[in-house]
Parts: sequence; C-alpha cells; structure tokens
Amino acid sequence: MSQVENRHSDMGLSDEQVLEMYRTMLLARKIDERMWLLNRAGKIPFVISCQGQEAAQIGASYALNLDKDYVAPYYRDLGVVLAFGMTTREVFLAAFAKADDPNSGGRQMPGHFGQKKNRILTGSSPVTTQLPHAVGVALAAKMDGENIASLVTLGEGSSNQGDFHEGLNFAGVHKLPVITMVENNKYAISVPLERQISSESVADRGVAYGMPGYQVDGNDPLEVYRVVKDAHDRALNGEGPTLIEAMTERLTAHSSDDNDKAYRTEEELEEMKQKDSLISFSQYLRDVGVLTEEKEQALNKEIDDEINEATEAAENAPYAEPEDALKYVYAEKGGE
Amino acid sequence: MAVMSYIQAVTSALKDEMERDDSVFVLGEDVGKKGGVFKATEGLYDQFGESRVMDTPLTESAIAGVGIGAAMYGKRPVAEMQFADFIMPAVNQIISEASRIRYRSNNDWNCPMVIRAPYGGGVHGALYHSQSVEAVFANQPGLKIVMPSTPHDVKGLLKAAIRDDDPVLFFEHKRAYRLIKGEVPEDDYELPIGKADVKKEGDDITVITYGLGVHFALEAAEKLEEDGISSHILDLRTVYPLDQESIIEAAKKTGKVLLVTEDNKEGSIMSEVSAIISENCLFDLDSPVQRLAGPDVPSMPYAPTMEKYFMLNPDKLENAMRELAEF
Repeated sequence: MSQVENRHSDMGLSDEQVLEMYRTMLLARKIDERMWLLNRAGKIPFVISCQGQEAAQIGASYALNLDKDYVAPYYRDLGVVLAFGMTTREVFLAAFAKADDPNSGGRQMPGHFGQKKNRILTGSSPVTTQLPHAVGVALAAKMDGENIASLVTLGEGSSNQGDFHEGLNFAGVHKLPVITMVENNKYAISVPLERQISSESVADRGVAYGMPGYQVDGNDPLEVYRVVKDAHDRALNGEGPTLIEAMTERLTAHSSDDNDKAYRTEEELEEMKQKDSLISFSQYLRDVGVLTEEKEQALNKEIDDEINEATEAAENAPYAEPEDALKYVYAEKGGE
Repeated sequence: MAVMSYIQAVTSALKDEMERDDSVFVLGEDVGKKGGVFKATEGLYDQFGESRVMDTPLTESAIAGVGIGAAMYGKRPVAEMQFADFIMPAVNQIISEASRIRYRSNNDWNCPMVIRAPYGGGVHGALYHSQSVEAVFANQPGLKIVMPSTPHDVKGLLKAAIRDDDPVLFFEHKRAYRLIKGEVPEDDYELPIGKADVKKEGDDITVITYGLGVHFALEAAEKLEEDGISSHILDLRTVYPLDQESIIEAAKKTGKVLLVTEDNKEGSIMSEVSAIISENCLFDLDSPVQRLAGPDVPSMPYAPTMEKYFMLNPDKLENAMRELAEF
C-alpha cells in the first residue's frame, strides 16, 4: 500500500471530481492525438496542440463556476473548452471545418474557439487580443452586480504584447474579477523563454499592475486548481484580479506546420515526456485508490469510442454552402 | 426645435441613450470628471456616476478591447478616442476583433459597440491632431463608419449607432464642434446608418462630400447660384459601407461630379465613390469625375501657411465647382 497523501480531499475535491478532471485531461490528449493522425493522413489541414498543457487547463477550469463564469481561451486550450462544455463531436466538426462547427461554422482554423451558450468568447489568431475582452466581461458583470469571474489564458510569448499590459493594468486599476493564466510552455514557436522575457518570471509582472502573481507547477492539476480557486475566491470577494503563471511543457511541435527538431534536442523532448501530467496524475489517482487498472481501461475504451464516433460523424457532416461565406457580416434583417 | 451646436448634439444623444438604456455606458480618457477634452461628455459624470462614465488609463487598445468584451457580455459601450489620430494602437482590436466577431463566430457572438473620435483639421492641430483616418477602416466589412455634418444628423445617427447591433466608428469633425449650429428636433428620432442625404437639390453639377466639406460646398454653392450655376449636394453621412444607390442617382442627375474629401487624395473614400460612378454611370457623365482632396503628404502641417494649403475651404470648393460647371 502506497503512502501517498490524499491532497485533493483537503482542497474540497471529491473522488468523483478528480476522476472527472482526469477524464477530461485524457479526453483532451486523445482528441489531440487523433487530430495529428487525421492531419498526417491528409484529412484535416491543420492541428495546434494542447499536449503537455492539459493539467493546467483542466486544473484551472474546474476551479471556476462552469455554469456562470466566462472564459477567453487561446488556441491551445482544448482542455479548457471541453471543461466548459464543448463536446467531442463539436471539436471534430471544427477540425473538419463543417457547417455545424459551433465555434465558427467552419470559417476559422481549428483552435479558434468560441461558443456563446458555454460562455466561451470567440477568439482570433492575433495573440493576446482576448485579454482586454476578458477584462471587459468582468467590468460588465461587476456593473450588473453579477458575482462572476472571467478567466483568460495565453502563452508566455503573448505576455510581451501590449494588450497583456494594457489589459492587466485596466483590471488592476478597476479591481476587476479577472483571472489571467499564462500557460508557460517555454517556447514561442521556436524562440525560447530566455529570448522572450528578461524578468525572473511572468508572474513577477503582476506586481506592476497591482495584483498578486503566482507561479505554479502546471503539470500538477491539483496545485493549479488550488491557486486558481484562491484567485477565484479573491475575485468573487471583490479583491480584484490575479496573474498566474503555470509552468507547462509543449510536447508537440508548435503546430502541424512546424518541425521542432530544428530547434529542440532529443534529450529535451525526452525530459519533457518524463514530466507528462497524464502519467503523474494517473499515478496519483492510483496511489490514493481512486483509479484502478480496470477503471483506467474502461475509461480509455469509453473515450476511444467517443472519439471514433465523433470523428466519423464530423467527417460525414456537410460543409457550409459556398455562398454561406456571404452571411453574417452584419446583423441580418428579420432577426439573426 | 432647439438650436444646438454640433458637439451639444453629441452630448444630447449620449444623455438620451444613457437615460433610455441602462446597458449604455461611456469609457475613455478624461471623459469623466472633466467631461472630455472637447466637453462632449459634459454633465454625464454628474448624472450617471463614475461607473457609467468611466475614466480609463491612457490605453487606446484596452479602451477598445475592454469595450469589445463588455459588448460581448451584453453592454452597449460608447468608447471615446480622444483624437482620431490616437486610434492607431487600437486598430488591431477594431479590425481583427470588433469587425470580425459576428462573422468569425458564424453569428453566435456580436459586438454592439460605438467608438467615437474627433477628426479633421483647420484647428492648428498639426500632424497628429488633424487627421482623417476613415480610409484606414473603410475596407473592413463588419464595421460601419459614420461621419455626420450637422447637429441634426449627429444626434439621429449617434442614437442609431448606439442602438446598432454591430460595431460603429463615429467620427466627429472637431472644427465643426462649435462652428456648426443647427436645429435639432426635441423628440426621440433615429436616422438610418448607410443612407446618404441630399443637402441641396440642383441641376448643373453634383458635389459629393461629407463632414465639414458639406458646409463648404453649401457656402460655395450659394456664390455660384449668383452666377446661375445650380449645385446638387449629396452628404454621404455613412462612408462605409457606402450608399451606392444615392451616389449613382446623384451622379446621373447632373452628369458632372466633384468628389470632395479633407483626407489625402489617393486611396481615400472618394476613390471608391469614383469607382462606383465609373462602374455605373459611364453614359450619363458629361465630364470626367473630379476629386478635390488633401495633397498626398502624411498630414496637415502646423504653420498657418502650410495648414491652409492642405485644408479645404469654401474658396477651393468654389473654384473646383466653377471649373466643373464650365467643362
């Protein structure tokens, strides 16, 4: 019998909840892996991955109120949007650019999330533009006396953009309920961290905007949960915004169009794999007796079936009509 | 009917809309206690409080971006850029975000936001307090650009912009703020965005313009009238998307067209108006389409000699209109 301490109970997480978190992490990973297969088989033109960042994404999402809070995700946040309620089938509809893709009806590249019914703000390709949007949501909610928070996520490369600084400063001045989580995977495509920022950490930047900044192990979903939960409590108590830097790994190339072997060594890639949160969290759940070999197998089977079904459904779903490209530039007469 | 200045019409529209709809709020630099550097938001802070008349940090991109977020949430923000010249840091938010939110989300999200900005020269504002920036935004489907000329149009169009379900750039000519006065109805009224307006009927030549150019054209037309030249003047009011039907109709009416903008000539709004006329009116024209515009230099210089050289005035319009009439 292992002597591993049960950490999640102390955080107020039930066994069911941590198992659900693990399931969502595994689902995100397996969807992502399927995307690469489809891309390499020539079936979808583009993939941009969440692999290596699932723990941060799911740990943060489950610390929020998934029925009320808003999120402004970035392109790697498959784990976040799954936690917020996007279905596997919807993710594949986007990958295949089909008409029923709820993100954009097949208009945007995969990874450009948005789904109003789940309060996932629509996103674009220029990075960090979503940060002021999350601040605006928090401002509007505060004006209405709605006790909710917004979460915005981005990569550490994006933390050099003006909108990062303008947005955090705005949130700090007006003490808005915004949680900003930088998923630091240490690369902006090929440019390593030390060529991107000169401060000790991204979290250090929080002090300049009057908010606490915390660095957290992004491979540990429970630690991310704890820190984001704390930030959420502060937000709802009117104590203002928080900056969180989750240290993660990027287990894949930047995208399906990138070859990271050109700028990362085999040793480095091998080292990253040792830190894979899917392995460590699965081990933790076994150690504390929440997960068993049988349960894990059943879970894998269930997810594989879900992904197979979603892939097939999305592949067979219709594209938008060509002239649908003309729709929805402005509000259309006679209702939307 | 009350007589109001152009800027009073701005304030009056904002006040009415904020009284009518709690979701309308104003944000920008110095818009609160000070009431704006031009006093466009004067009195609103006292009436509606600081949360609805919000002084922001000096950050144009965040003013636009925070407004976009609030609009997606369901508010109707009216953001002020202190000068149109300073809108440039917000271009990414306006073009990449606001203009594309409805389209890229396949009609799931929308962005009902207004961005107001004073533009235009003739106020000793030099390069960075005089510019016309509309052409930067005038090929971005998803945006609407309104540039009214009279207090009546300001009020009706600003109300329409605030009630619009899509993002609207509302450019106010800063020299018109106190120079131009006019009658404004007391009752609640809205004018249609996307519709040009005939400001004067005439038979010999057509002038198509917007903003302060409308007043210069009217003044010049009065002088030409003494010599028996009758001018037809069309005020575009919305410069994007353009009211093609009214442009074609006005061009065909006289067959002689002068297009007037205070902006630099090449690539201006008038380049597109000219293209619309050439596509549709070939056999109705009696002369080549003429353009009167600023020279193709970066912007308006400070020294009065050079500023006057750049800027439109009634004399320049009169000369150009007379030349066209005599063609």
